[in-house]
Amino acid sequence: MNALHGFAGFALRRTLGAVVTLLAISVIVYVVFYAAPGDVAQITCGPRCSPAQVHQVAEQLRLDDPLYVRYLHFLQGVVVGHDYSTGTSVEHCSAPCLGMSYQSDQQVTQLILAKLPVTGSLALGAMVLWLLFGVGTGVLAAWRRGRLDERILTGITLAGWATPVFVVGLLLMVVICGQLQLLPFPQYVPFTEDPEQWAWNLLLPWLSLALIEAAKYARLTRSAMLETLAEDHVRTFRAYGVGERAIVGRHALRGAVGPLIALNANDLGSLFGGAVLTESLFGLPGIGRELVHAVNVVDLPVVVGMVVLTGFFVVLANAVADVLYAVADRRTVLS
Amino acid sequence: MSTAESLVQVTGLSVAFGPVRAVDALSFRLERGAALALVGESGSGKSTVASALLGLHRGTGAVVDGTVRVAGVDVGSASDAELRRLRGGTAAMVFQDPLSSLDPYYAVGDQIAEVYRVHHRASRRAARARAVQVLDRVGIPDAVRRSRSRPHEFSGGMRQRALIAMALACEPELLVADEPTTALDVTVQAQILDLLHTLRQETGMGLLLVTHDVGVAAGSVDDILVMRNGVEVEHGPVATVLGSPARTYTRRLLKSVPRVDVPRPAHPADAEHEPASAGVALEAVGLRRVFGRGARAFAAVDDVSLQVRRGEALGIVGESGSGKTTLGRMLVGLLAPSAGQVRREGVAVNGVRPDVQMVFQDPVSSLNPRRSVGESVADPLRARGERDPAVRTRVAELLERVGLEPAHHGRYPHEFSGGQRQRIGIARALAADPRVLVCDEPVSALDVTTQAQVVELLDELRRELGLALVFIAHDLAVVRRVSDRLAVMRRGRVVEYGQANEVYESPREAYTRHLLAAVPALDPDLAAVRRAERMEQRSLG
Repeated sequence: MNALHGFAGFALRRTLGAVVTLLAISVIVYVVFYAAPGDVAQITCGPRCSPAQVHQVAEQLRLDDPLYVRYLHFLQGVVVGHDYSTGTSVEHCSAPCLGMSYQSDQQVTQLILAKLPVTGSLALGAMVLWLLFGVGTGVLAAWRRGRLDERILTGITLAGWATPVFVVGLLLMVVICGQLQLLPFPQYVPFTEDPEQWAWNLLLPWLSLALIEAAKYARLTRSAMLETLAEDHVRTFRAYGVGERAIVGRHALRGAVGPLIALNANDLGSLFGGAVLTESLFGLPGIGRELVHAVNVVDLPVVVGMVVLTGFFVVLANAVADVLYAVADRRTVLS
Repeated sequence: MSTAESLVQVTGLSVAFGPVRAVDALSFRLERGAALALVGESGSGKSTVASALLGLHRGTGAVVDGTVRVAGVDVGSASDAELRRLRGGTAAMVFQDPLSSLDPYYAVGDQIAEVYRVHHRASRRAARARAVQVLDRVGIPDAVRRSRSRPHEFSGGMRQRALIAMALACEPELLVADEPTTALDVTVQAQILDLLHTLRQETGMGLLLVTHDVGVAAGSVDDILVMRNGVEVEHGPVATVLGSPARTYTRRLLKSVPRVDVPRPAHPADAEHEPASAGVALEAVGLRRVFGRGARAFAAVDDVSLQVRRGEALGIVGESGSGKTTLGRMLVGLLAPSAGQVRREGVAVNGVRPDVQMVFQDPVSSLNPRRSVGESVADPLRARGERDPAVRTRVAELLERVGLEPAHHGRYPHEFSGGQRQRIGIARALAADPRVLVCDEPVSALDVTTQAQVVELLDELRRELGLALVFIAHDLAVVRRVSDRLAVMRRGRVVEYGQANEVYESPREAYTRHLLAAVPALDPDLAAVRRAERMEQRSLG
């Protein structure tokens, strides 16, 4: 009963903290983008607009209001939604409303929702692979510590970490799709349409993301395990005749779970906000590509919405990680 | 293999870590069912010997010479598989720190079951049942339920019981216990030692006890082997070695051991000085300190009032969690009381003041490793604005006062031994010209011979500088060695407060009597009597 109370209190504190963090992110993002120099109305309207037309656009976009009024308006949209007049009709943008795109007259929320499955597929699939490669390599490295094969393995992971995603991705595409023609050049197919094609087409983007991320996980796993292996309780199990395999696989790996959860949450959260390079390289119509496009055409509501969304995912992933961490290591809640 | 072979037979054992010879040509035997203690100060090589019995040096880079035979197995030449069978199966080890010696992530019962399954073909369920059985055997209440707890949910004493349960799981012939009670309170220590004694009687297993505490050894073993710098100093039956030691070092070691039954040596200066009439240097009035809020609030110190007069030493004893450290921190002003007052010469004071200084427990972490010790000692002087030639002269005086060389000014903490570091800590406390010195466990991290020297230094400073001394410690014998008066704390309150000699010789409170009864006796016969008394009390209560 008491433990439940402790855990509920912990979850509540964590959620409150997350909300405050998100508010802070939104304020900063809003100020940075809307207080930046440049005439938004002029850019939105286009180079051939007359000053009168520009003024009309500015009014329509409420650009004349003070910044804090516009921010509160934005917050109001997130909480209760908005009605937008498009001249002839009124369009309702339901909560959480992140505003309307200047360029396409689409709701930012809908724009993002349309791209989310692509980015989500990319991120989750890559995560499975990098955990598999990374943790596997790390365990092997910790087990064979100090030997030649471990040093070679460590060298490879370091090289992987240092290689940019566009190099790995391009190489994979050139070799596998171009030279060997084992796979077609990636083209996004929704999971709901054809799961098999979805997987085949995403395989290369997954691999190139995972190969780079895996290096980080391998090194983290290795160092966390080596740290645990130096601890007293490992000495206890050695002194009781427990074999090296059980010591590495059960006791040392268990100590790496916490740090792995924390790192994975961060990576997954930021990937959900768009893997800009990977999406651009493989031509995947995800959030990252949309963000690049929005920045190019100065579509501020879309940019702000997406950055806030990225923040949301990172904060959410971290909150989930904290809860998982507490489940994995029960001492956390108590302290 | 003859039937007459000893359980443990160590011949010419040497262990070297690089250029350091931790153990040098050591030989001894331990017969089946017998008990031997390896006694020595830190660095004497006693733990290294214990590890060698289980072949734990294999693969660590240590160079092991000589032969170690345990239950007929030559540990040095045994195959890895043979060695694994020996470890835990034939010879089991119990370690010093019971918290770090168990995996924090798994249930205690599962860890014992894992070890059991290494040595026996058993189903998970059967191994788990065995774990519950041994946990119950070592006196863990409600063993079925508690076997599912993680180590951090156990108290220190229960964790040590759990480790002993792990050792028992495979019914070993030899138990190697490396400082099994050093991290425990004195009453818990007595319980664990009594448990080991009972188990040994029931199972007939041999015991190799490694300890720095001669008192712990006295009541637990048949033979004692005193070690120093990796070599044997003296070896013989416990009554002989402790009763009529043959070697100078053993005599010195025994002389350094603080005795709870011996009052502070009288000093002519104390006779002239009448503490009873001296002014009150520091006073606590109704001190209370609450930690946490709401339902989880708890008073670490609750309504404590006491006084320290000029030139007097007040000892504060209590087990862990009794609130003695919290009280000490409030006396110095490092912690604000939730209620009550600290009065200095009759005037209520707040915050840290130069005339009340603190000496901390851990001489390693309480000095900045990146600053020379001279600069650390100079800190309080510079803080009050003194300039260089004067500061250097004063630091030199202070270093000399605590028994170090003025030339040590430019050296760094790692170049000093534990006792020397504690002297540096005392010099730093003295730099501010305090009238009161609050020492929180100032010698508990030190070896007995060093301990005796530091205690002697503090006593000398009290007499010569007329300092009021507050001496906080869990070790009742050490406290007796310094104190004029004594306060016994339990659960945040002072349960007994009076003249030290009166409290030690005729304690009024049952709790004080209980604490005193748990202090290990140096005389093996007395230890046996005390044990019998404790066991009787336990069976009654």
